[in-house]
Amino acid sequence: MTAADNRRDEAVLTEPALTEPVLTVEDLTVVYEVEQPVTAVKDASLTLHRGEILGLAGESGCGKTTLAYAVNRLHRPPARISSGRITFHDKDGDDVDILALEDAELRAFRWDKLSMVFQGAMNALNPVTTVRAQLKDTLLAHRPRMSRKEVRERSEEVLRRVGVDPGRLGSYPHELSGGMRQRVMIAMAMLLEPQIMIMDEPTTALDVVVQRDILREIVRLRDELDFAVVFITHDLPLLLEISDRIAVMLEGEIVELETAEKLYREARHPYTRKLLGSFPSLSGERGAFIRTGVDETAPGEETPEATTPTVPAQAPTEERA
Amino acid sequence: MTNLKPTSEPSVADSAELLAETSAESGRPVRSGWRMLLPTMTPWLAIGLGLIVAITLFGVIGPYLVGDPRAIRDMGLTGPSADFWLGTTQTGQDVLAQLAHATRGSLQIGVIVGLLATALSAFFGIYGAYRGRAVDEVFSLFTNVFLVIPGLPLVIVISGFVPAESRGLWTIAVVLAVTSWAGSARVLRAQTLSVRNRDYVAASQVSGERPWRVIIVEILPNLLPVIASQFVFAVIAAILGEAGLSFIGLGASNSSTLGTMLFYAQNGFALSLGAWWWFIPPGLIIALFGTGLSLVNFSIDEIINPKLKNLRLHRKRARRAARLERELAQAARRGGPAATASKESAR
Amino acid sequence: MTSVHVTDLVKDYTIRNGLKRTRLRAVDHVSLELTPGRTVALVGESGSGKSTIAKILTRMEKPTAGTVAVERDDGTTVDRSAYRREVQMVFQDPFASLNPFHSIEHHIARPLRIHNRTAKGEETRERVLEMLERVNLTPAANIAPRRPHELSGGQRQRVAIARALAPGAKVLIADEPVSMLDVSIRLGVLNLMGRLQREDDLAVLYITHDLATARHFSDEITVLYRGRVVERGPADAVILDPHHEYTKLLAAAAPDPERPGRVTAADPVDRDAIDNSACYDHFAGEWREAGVPAAEAKAVTRAD
Repeated sequence: MTAADNRRDEAVLTEPALTEPVLTVEDLTVVYEVEQPVTAVKDASLTLHRGEILGLAGESGCGKTTLAYAVNRLHRPPARISSGRITFHDKDGDDVDILALEDAELRAFRWDKLSMVFQGAMNALNPVTTVRAQLKDTLLAHRPRMSRKEVRERSEEVLRRVGVDPGRLGSYPHELSGGMRQRVMIAMAMLLEPQIMIMDEPTTALDVVVQRDILREIVRLRDELDFAVVFITHDLPLLLEISDRIAVMLEGEIVELETAEKLYREARHPYTRKLLGSFPSLSGERGAFIRTGVDETAPGEETPEATTPTVPAQAPTEERA
Repeated sequence: MTNLKPTSEPSVADSAELLAETSAESGRPVRSGWRMLLPTMTPWLAIGLGLIVAITLFGVIGPYLVGDPRAIRDMGLTGPSADFWLGTTQTGQDVLAQLAHATRGSLQIGVIVGLLATALSAFFGIYGAYRGRAVDEVFSLFTNVFLVIPGLPLVIVISGFVPAESRGLWTIAVVLAVTSWAGSARVLRAQTLSVRNRDYVAASQVSGERPWRVIIVEILPNLLPVIASQFVFAVIAAILGEAGLSFIGLGASNSSTLGTMLFYAQNGFALSLGAWWWFIPPGLIIALFGTGLSLVNFSIDEIINPKLKNLRLHRKRARRAARLERELAQAARRGGPAATASKESAR
Repeated sequence: MTSVHVTDLVKDYTIRNGLKRTRLRAVDHVSLELTPGRTVALVGESGSGKSTIAKILTRMEKPTAGTVAVERDDGTTVDRSAYRREVQMVFQDPFASLNPFHSIEHHIARPLRIHNRTAKGEETRERVLEMLERVNLTPAANIAPRRPHELSGGQRQRVAIARALAPGAKVLIADEPVSMLDVSIRLGVLNLMGRLQREDDLAVLYITHDLATARHFSDEITVLYRGRVVERGPADAVILDPHHEYTKLLAAAAPDPERPGRVTAADPVDRDAIDNSACYDHFAGEWREAGVPAAEAKAVTRAD
């Protein structure tokens, strides 16, 4: 039995009743106001508990990124939240209705209570300033009264936490490897000790060995600092490794939300089963899909898509546009 | 806070894809690649095209309808009248007739220089970048040398060096083209380098496509908007440049252009004598033609960067989305049933 | 039928930094055999040299040293002019490998025309539709006039496969052909390649970083680490019984729902001990020197 197994068993026992929720999303609907409005997220409801890693699985265009952005109200028009309620339950007992926040309150809320690691975040570091300056800017933006010494100490501490040598503070982003930059981004996300971290495909662009390091780091940090993590990816086996619970999204709807163990053993929704079946097992039998020539076309793929309007990508930032 | 959005440099090379996406989004799938490259009609484009067509027609057909521009009459410097719509010059020549011929001359120069400069920049920019390595280095160096040569002084020196009798239209055109292609070549080189590294170029090479075909069929279409824009710009620059040269008396000796007209007007003290009909029409034609080409260029810009095209539409939608969301936030702040309130407002 | 013998491939890149020149060896004495009907998976991380090998095999790059010999069954060698007909490639990113400007038909018709597989317009068109049907893009007549942006990622990759096979290729280099696709359609595309391989008796080089698909879709796995081959052998042997530290680390880093907890557990090997000085050959059952010509590689003893 490995440590992760123990943890998982524990989680199954204690969850969901015993840990307190940190974020509640109720019937959230996000619509893209384009020619024919597209509903990117449809009546999504989920509860995130303190110290929990919640996996959000789905394929491109399923709305998982839109959901993550909307929770933070980081989505950009023409995307808009058309209905629903998002409540953040603060550590000190206050409940915050995120949708009711004024702009200034929202800015204070983001990053401080809830931070994000974006898709391709490792390329989001400012190339012309040092890591130190970028950490400092973020800190001072939210904690203007921090002294220079405190800033330095905090910066060194977060870097050490994500496994980057604090000596790298003076480095420019291009002097760091991809994995290192991704760690710096994670360090930046935990700078203000948020209670929730949303990570959107944080390891997709990285090599598997580096990915492994970062996953270990995330799990370890979670154990130490007890923040909740929403981990978004299309890689279901990876989620099964690290998450306590997994939500599977299909066409904007959460079709299944279950503990990792249960989801793997007894998935109810056919789409979940299909996703699970899409990953050949590394160590299992050489299965039925092996070069049999059947099942060459995934269901739904063969339908011509010319008629459906291009949904303005899943990411509200629309990297291309 | 740091820049948290993934930064992706926009590149002209993406324009085809972006255009395809935008047109797909607006529900009109574009089947032909070529049609996609045509700008959409906007009021500005219509005005621009209108100006260009009108002036071009005037330059092409005008000379056949007017009298001899050189005929000297005994009625110097008369204002516009029924016989001479734009009055006469100091020596009694018909300004309208001169204007028609001058417009034709300027257009000729503009088009010739535009074509030459575009051909030069395309060759040095695209071919050099495609071949890479030594060829690119040499072409690049050559381009850079031409880039730093100060254009107008060189033109003046060359024009002054060539004896007036052999200083024909073509000489001037070549001189103007040679001094004006380098900037475009650099832009094209950068764009080609970007397109050249696309997988589809590699794929066509792997399938055995010959280099010239890769350049013309696979790369060039993706650069056409840039080339078109550069051509338009080269035409404007050439007409202005030629006008400048002619104005200082270094223009083509055997042809009449808008610049030579201004030169004679200046020599004839048109300004101090108040003969506005002599210098305003050529000046106006230059200005209007330049305006027309610029307006067309703006439309081409929308093709190069399709984001511009949907900007207004996008802004409108974004405003609507933001407004609806504000209502939702207000409803939430009032503590009312946010969900129902917003669902109603969404209807 | 065609096989490819890659012997002692070396590729150096020169990096100029001011006046200083440094040599970077991207590929160091790599030898491979591609035989009809068999798939060899080339596994390694970014920067391990696998894409460089693909580029050399498709003649987009020239090797610094070493040979690539392509040979037909009857013993004749494929020369320069026929090379592009015999050896084709499927690229990683289906969104970048099709020209947004051209129709699907153009992408498949061109290789047909270049290699004189068809004579005139009507015949070419029929062949294009045939090719599209072979890769399960139906109705083909509907797909052919479309342009790439009107197709999904999976459909585009099928077009790319059809384009690669259009010249009548017998050797297929697939560079991470499914890593950019949605997970639920990956197996479909891999299965398609599997069928085409059986039908045409293709020799396939499957370049990937995904150990699981490498195991299930190939007969043989070659693990590349920093330009050198560090382990090779039958697919199951390499994955289930890895010998080299690097292969062990890779296997541990790949999530496996059947054996949870490995990814977040401690490293199975000491990372500092990973080197590329030796290669474990499962066929010979022994360690050999890596980074030297294949004929001169001596057996070495090394603790597993």
